[in-house]
Amino acid sequence: MGIFQRFARLPLKPTCIWSLCPQYSTDLTAVGRALIVRSSQLIQHRYVHNRGLGTGPGNPGSAPPRLPFSRVTQEDLAFFRTMLPGRTITDPDLLKSSNVDWLKTVEGNSEVLLRPKTTEEVSQILRYCNERNLAVCPQGGNTGLVGGSVPVFDEIILSTSLMTQVLTFDNISGILTCQAGCVLENLSNYLEERDFIMPLDLGAKGSCHIGGNVSTNAGGLRLLRYGSLRGTVLGLEVVLADGQILNCLATLRKDNTGYDLKQLFIGSEGTLGVITAVSILCPRKPKAVNVAFLGCSSFKQLLETFQCCRGMLGEILSAFEFLDASCMSLLEKHLKLTNPITESPFYIVIETAGSNATHDEEKLHNFLEEVMTSSLVTDGTVATEATKIKALWSLRERVTEALTHEGYTYKYDISLPVEKIYDLVQDMRGHLGDRAKNVVGYGHVGDGNLHLNITSPSKDPALLASIEPYVYEWTSEWKGSISAEHGLGLKKRNYIYYSKPSEAVALMGSIKAMLDPKGILNPYKTLPDNIH
Amino acid sequence: MSGRVLVGVKRVIDYAVKIRVKPDHTGVVTDGVKHSMNPFCEIAVEEAVKLKEKKLIKEVVAVSCGPQQVQETIRTALAMGADRGIHVEVSGKDYETLGPLQVSKILAALAKKEQADLIILGKQAIDDDCNQTGQMTAALLDWPQGTFASEVTLDADKLKVVREIDGGLETIKIKLPAVVTADLRLNTPRYATLPNIMKAKKKKIANVKPADLGVDVSSRLEVLKVDEPPQRQAGVKVETVDDLVGKLKEAGRI
Repeated sequence: MGIFQRFARLPLKPTCIWSLCPQYSTDLTAVGRALIVRSSQLIQHRYVHNRGLGTGPGNPGSAPPRLPFSRVTQEDLAFFRTMLPGRTITDPDLLKSSNVDWLKTVEGNSEVLLRPKTTEEVSQILRYCNERNLAVCPQGGNTGLVGGSVPVFDEIILSTSLMTQVLTFDNISGILTCQAGCVLENLSNYLEERDFIMPLDLGAKGSCHIGGNVSTNAGGLRLLRYGSLRGTVLGLEVVLADGQILNCLATLRKDNTGYDLKQLFIGSEGTLGVITAVSILCPRKPKAVNVAFLGCSSFKQLLETFQCCRGMLGEILSAFEFLDASCMSLLEKHLKLTNPITESPFYIVIETAGSNATHDEEKLHNFLEEVMTSSLVTDGTVATEATKIKALWSLRERVTEALTHEGYTYKYDISLPVEKIYDLVQDMRGHLGDRAKNVVGYGHVGDGNLHLNITSPSKDPALLASIEPYVYEWTSEWKGSISAEHGLGLKKRNYIYYSKPSEAVALMGSIKAMLDPKGILNPYKTLPDNIH
Repeated sequence: MSGRVLVGVKRVIDYAVKIRVKPDHTGVVTDGVKHSMNPFCEIAVEEAVKLKEKKLIKEVVAVSCGPQQVQETIRTALAMGADRGIHVEVSGKDYETLGPLQVSKILAALAKKEQADLIILGKQAIDDDCNQTGQMTAALLDWPQGTFASEVTLDADKLKVVREIDGGLETIKIKLPAVVTADLRLNTPRYATLPNIMKAKKKKIANVKPADLGVDVSSRLEVLKVDEPPQRQAGVKVETVDDLVGKLKEAGRI
C-alpha cells in the first residue's frame, strides 16, 4: 500500500498531520510535497466543515513542537557579550517580562535578550545566528495581541529598545526617518513640536515601537483619514536572515524603479527580515481638532450616522470609532471612568481634524444638529480642548485595558462588511450564552473592523472550543478577514486558510523559504505549521 | 433673597498645552494657542448648577472679563447649565494687565447691580496662580468668604463650607450673601451635552464695559520679565558602584 493511500486513511486528527511535517523540512520528495498539499487541504476542509476542535495539542492556536534549532551555548553567550557588552541580558528576572506577551496569555523560555544599538550590530547578530542555526524572535514594544512578539521556546530575543534615534526630518516634505526602536508616542511628540503628526495612532502608543508597527502593518485610529502604513511608509532598512543589510530607506514620495520590496516586509511580522529603520511620510498637525462622543440606540442608526457624517464632515473626518454598552460598563467598573452622556446601547467617537477652527466647528455643529433633530443620535457631547479630547478618547482607547481586569480575554480582530459588524457580536452572545462572562464589541467601524472580545474568569478550553472555529467560519462565510490589523502571530497562524486560498499561502511559504532558508526568523509565527 | 448666583469664569491657556515664553520675555505666547475655561471655574459653574438643580437657588449668571473670545468661555458655562451670561469687555493693553484687584472690583460692582446672594469662583486661575480674586471680592463687598471649598451645603440663608486647609479640613458656617471659592474636590464638572449646547446658543449674553460699572481697570503692577524655569539637568547612569563613587567624588559630594 502506497504511503499516500496510508496517509489518506489516517483519521483527521491535526496532531498526526503536524507531527509528520516539521521533520521533513529539507528532504521533501515529490510524494512528500503532495502529502503536504493534501494535508493543508484536509486541514482547510476540517476547519471549514467541522465545528469545535478538541482541546490539547491539537488546538491550532497553541504552540507546535520545537523545531530542531541549535541551543544557546556558553560560546554563543561569550560571542554576544563581546559584541554587545552590557547589552546581553541573561538574568531570568529581567528576561521574564520579555518572555510574556502584553495580554499575559503566552510565555516563552528564552534565556538570552540582545539589545543592539545599530543596524550593523543587528546584522552581525543575525549572521551569527544564521550560521549557528539559532532561532531569533525580534521584539519591539511587546504590545502585540496575537502572541507574535514573544518566543515560543528558547528563541533569542532581539530587542529594538536601544535603537531610538531619529535620523532625519524634513519639514517641507514631512518625511521622517528613524530607527526601528523609536516609541510611537515619542515620535508623535517630536513631530508635534515641529507642527507635524504621525500618520498612525493607537492605544499602545506609549510602548509600541515603529519597527513593530511596520512589521505588523498596524492600523489604528487614524487609518480612516491617513491610510495604512503601506501607503505612508516610503522606505525601510531591513536586515535579512543571513545578516545582509537591505537598504531601501528611500525618502521619495514617488519611485517606480523595480519591485517594491518594502511591501514584503510591511506586515511580515518579523518572519522575513528585521526592520532596523523606517522612513515615513507625516501629515501636518491639524490646527483644529474636535472630538464628539455620541450615543445611538441601534446599530442601524449608528451606520446611518456614519453616512451622514461622511456627507457632512467629509474631508475633515479623521476617526469614526464605536463601542457598545458592555464596554462602557467595564470602563466604569474597572477604570472608574465616567460616561459623559446618558446610557445608550452604542457609543460613537468622531474626530475631526482641519486647518480652520471656525469652519470645522460650524461643520461639526451643523452635523450634530442634523443627527440630533433626526433622532439618529440620542445624546452626545463635544470637546475642543486638549484635556477633554484626551478624556473622551480614553473611553475608546482604554477598553482593551479594562478587559484585562475581567480575567482571560479571547480577542478577535475581524474585518467584515460594515452592516454585518454587530451581527457577529449578537450571534456570538446567543451562541455562547452563559458560558462567557462578557461578549463585547468595539472598534474601527469606519474601516469595517470589529474588535470582538470575550472574557471568562480564567482560561477555559471548553469555551475556546465553542468560540473557535465558529467565529472564523462566520467570518469566512461573509468573506471577511480573520485578522484585520492584529496579524497572525502565534495564535492565528493556522487559521490563515479562512481568509486566504491555499495557493496564496503556498506562495508565501516559497518567499519565506527564499529569504530565510533555515527559518530562524520568528519561527512558529504568521505562516501555518504545515507550510515548508 | 434674589436667589441669584454669580459665577466668574476665566479664559486661560488649556492646561494640556506646552507653554512658551515670548522671545522678548514680556509674557507667554497666547496667539494661536488653545484656550479653555479655567478648571477651577468649571468646578464653580458645576456647583452653581447643582444648587439650581436642587432648587436652592433660582438663577445662575456666568461672568467673564476680557476680549471677544471670552464669549466662548461664557457659552461653555451656559452649555453646562448657567441661565445667562455677562461679558465685561476688556481688551488690548488693559486685558494684558488685568489682574485680581480689577476683576474683584468688577465682580463686586456686578454683584451689587445684579443683587446676587452668592458669588462662586474658582480658587485660583491656572495661568497666574494668584488665588486672590475671591478674597478681594469678599473684602470689597464686606461679605463673608468660604475659600478652598471642598463641600458646600446651603440651608435658607446659611452656608456650611468645608474648607481644605494645610492641617486637614475646616468646617465653617457663614451667612449669605457670601463669596465661595471652589477647590479641586468640590465636584466633578459635567460634560456639556448636545441638547444643552444647542440650548445655550439661544441664551443671552449681555455686554458691559468696566466704565459702566464705575471701575478703573488700570494696573498698579508692571511685569518686568518672564522667564522659563531653569532646564532640568539630565541624570547620568553609571555601570558599577565604583563608577558611582568616582562620580560623586568628582562632583565634590564626598
